[in-house]
Amino acid sequence: MLVVDPRGHLYHASRRRLIEYLAPGDLLVANDAATIPASLSGYHEPTGDPLEVRLAGRTTLDTDDVRQFVAVLFGAGDHRMRTEDRPAPPHVGIGDVLRLGPLRATVLRLLGHSRFVALAFEAPVDRIWDALATHGKPIQYAHLVQPLRLQDVWTRIAARPAAFEAPSAGFVLDWTLLRALKNRGVLFATLTHAAGISSTGDHELDQRLPFDEPYSIPEHAVQAIEETQRRHGRIVALGTTVIRALEHSASQPGGLSPGPGLANQRIGPYTDLRVADAIITGTHEPGDSHYDVLRAFADDHLLGGVSSALERGDYRSHEFGDTMFVFKQVAHSVVGVRQGEGHLPEGGIAGAESTT
Amino acid sequence: MTPDIPPHRPFDSPTRLDGLRVAVTGGTSGLGRALVENLWQLGARVAFVARNAERVNEVAGQFSGTHGIAGDVSRREQTHAIALRITAALGGLDVLINNASSVGPLPLAPLADTATEDLQTAFDTNVIGPFRLTQALMGALGATAWQGRPALVINVSSDAGVEAYAGWGAYGASKAALSHMSRIWDEEVRAHRLRIHAFDPGDMNTPMHAAAVPDADPSTLKSPADAAREVVAIIDNARKTPAPVA
Repeated sequence: MLVVDPRGHLYHASRRRLIEYLAPGDLLVANDAATIPASLSGYHEPTGDPLEVRLAGRTTLDTDDVRQFVAVLFGAGDHRMRTEDRPAPPHVGIGDVLRLGPLRATVLRLLGHSRFVALAFEAPVDRIWDALATHGKPIQYAHLVQPLRLQDVWTRIAARPAAFEAPSAGFVLDWTLLRALKNRGVLFATLTHAAGISSTGDHELDQRLPFDEPYSIPEHAVQAIEETQRRHGRIVALGTTVIRALEHSASQPGGLSPGPGLANQRIGPYTDLRVADAIITGTHEPGDSHYDVLRAFADDHLLGGVSSALERGDYRSHEFGDTMFVFKQVAHSVVGVRQGEGHLPEGGIAGAESTT
Repeated sequence: MTPDIPPHRPFDSPTRLDGLRVAVTGGTSGLGRALVENLWQLGARVAFVARNAERVNEVAGQFSGTHGIAGDVSRREQTHAIALRITAALGGLDVLINNASSVGPLPLAPLADTATEDLQTAFDTNVIGPFRLTQALMGALGATAWQGRPALVINVSSDAGVEAYAGWGAYGASKAALSHMSRIWDEEVRAHRLRIHAFDPGDMNTPMHAAAVPDADPSTLKSPADAAREVVAIIDNARKTPAPVA
């Protein structure tokens, strides 16, 4: 884990020591969306051609709202081929039927790209969920050959089925950590956000990511945030999806409030963060939308220094994994990494090591 | 077994559970079916799991609005698909009742004659199944608890897990494991206002009991409906217990 404190100092630490970077009175907010097995294989009825549908968006989190999705289409093949190398799907037109195992989907609308469509399922709601649960497979990519099981893509706090891919920052959480947070006086709250797909396999379509993502913030989370802010604790978001939900809600008239919403904004260097003080996330490539979220916390100069620190293939990096804990910068970023200053970031970290 | 009376909503229920989201495994027979019926009558939102799809449809049809899920909780590869269908049907979860049980070898056999596979089946259904399903639903139960509402797991156990009844080795050993696992798990999560409870319904007049003890006198056995009412009392109690001070 690489920690970037509010003054731009970098610290390497084992991910197991995450708790030490959270102070009593801080609040950790996580995304409790369970991952839907959103990859459906089948064929295009008019032509008989095989295809794969990856569900990629819907407008609400209501569990009754499963009759319509936006989806990305792929041709023959499966996750073992790189998405960019997959053959094109059959050309589909409005009204075309797609047979996806026990499910029958109709193309409702074409969304400005040959592989991006809105689909409707025609079946009772329970049957649709049954079919997704038994015929759907988790979306996965070529770097991982082994087929993923549903349990592999659920975090330990996965609740309602809502995410199209795992909100992966949540994998840092387990019930041991939840107990430790409680013991340390760090508050914990969850919201639900439909984490979207990370790649469409098409450069042009990728530019449109992230798609609109529905979320829901419970009353309890809003109360915990307000209480934490009153006490000058820090709001730490576990993952980019939490940022998307909180900052979208906070930017609405009336500010942050409980209830459903549709995150349709991009987070980036010009975003004025209203809620989050820090983010915990995996490492991301510059250029992807997850990386852009980091640019709301720190400027490109500092993030460049962070990339270098990660790339250096430091002997400790395998142990520290690929997690970043980035605080909103309070001043201009400091280039590079401090050595031997004995400076402790806010919150008090016992035994933290500055990188050399 | 209960005679052929259409289900009805009683005029005066002791308690209402309107909107409470409850999942029941083994919901098409015996105690499980009585639970589905009782919870449905009290206004709870119910999802239930059983292996036989026809029976699942029949029970879901009889108790209109309940969600029937055909699945086998003893099969590890099905756990998360079942959990997904539960939380999809109910939008979350307040109570999980792990009721589906295997009685072990039939006819009842002493341990010295019990096939390992039969012991394994008892443990797969009565211990591993509840373990995995509870784990898969911890997030949903946790979400309920963090929002300030009580979340509860009820594991249906037996005094065969406490007393040494000859012939009940596979079942008894598995229920002993289930009960103890429940106690430890409860210790581990009660600080989150999530409770795990092992419940002994006593000997009931059910198909499972009849299969194990064909010449039992039904008049000496509890009705599943009475046992279901006891479970509802546990749920009701949990809802009325004030939250611990944070």
